[in-house]
Amino acid sequence: MTDLACNELVELVTDYMEGTLPTAERARFDAHLTECPDCVEYVAQMHRTIVAAGLSAAELERTPPVTALLQVFRDWKRGLATG
Amino acid sequence: MPELAVHLTDPARADDEQLLEALRRGDERAFVALVRRYGALMQRVALGYVRTPAVAEEVVQETWCAVLTGLERFEGRAALKTWLFRILTNRAKTRGQREARSVPLSSLTGEDDDGPAVDPDRFLPADHARWPGHWAAGPAPWSALPHERLLAREVRARVRAAIETLPERQQAVVVLRDVEGWPPEEVCETLDLSEGNQRVLLHRARSKVRAELERYFADEVAA
Repeated sequence: MTDLACNELVELVTDYMEGTLPTAERARFDAHLTECPDCVEYVAQMHRTIVAAGLSAAELERTPPVTALLQVFRDWKRGLATG
Repeated sequence: MPELAVHLTDPARADDEQLLEALRRGDERAFVALVRRYGALMQRVALGYVRTPAVAEEVVQETWCAVLTGLERFEGRAALKTWLFRILTNRAKTRGQREARSVPLSSLTGEDDDGPAVDPDRFLPADHARWPGHWAAGPAPWSALPHERLLAREVRARVRAAIETLPERQQAVVVLRDVEGWPPEEVCETLDLSEGNQRVLLHRARSKVRAELERYFADEVAA
């Protein structure tokens, strides 16, 4: 088993968090974390980034233009009534 | 099923099944509620395949048309949401391919291009005697920040801005996964991505959003 370098760990972090790292690599990842506070911080920041993304929901544009679509709906409904 | 059982009292709170039932009966409020629920997300996802917001809007509109006309044949074996987004991505893809043929290829490259998750200069060189590839300048700890800081409105706005500058496909994945909280299987199904591909896009997106937050917090953390 070879040691994982920090610049490799930062590329595996998503696979790690998604639980898709093969067992051996997961072990190398965990072993690295036991001795590298910088990478522990990095993983923690990725977690907090995900939390922040979840909280940003309210900031994202979510008012679609309903009016144009209502015409689509009304045309369809008219078709239903006559067809 | 008795007619009363599907009477909508509050469309905004009704679940998709109830809205679907009401929509089949031609209830306009159910339609509006579904558009409010999924419209913005559909627009965002469509932008992953086509080049302009105007075209994405057309794709969304076509999708609703297809949903309404296909309603009779829809047997409800898949969730309404999955069906809806499947129609959307199929249409957006067709549209995107047609566009790709009519524009110079150069304007499409760089879409999912991507560098490393962290600037290589932050690490020691590969020929470093003792610590090749280890942090030269590790991330400044965010634990130094007051806890509420991460929840602040400006931080949310910053995250949003970072997401909006991502290449469109990364954007679609990170929005569905981290903002909307969809499970990976649903995102793969909806965007027609393999699991591996979905993870790569998610990884790139999250890494960039983190980097953006790091830049944003840099002064406060260093102080």
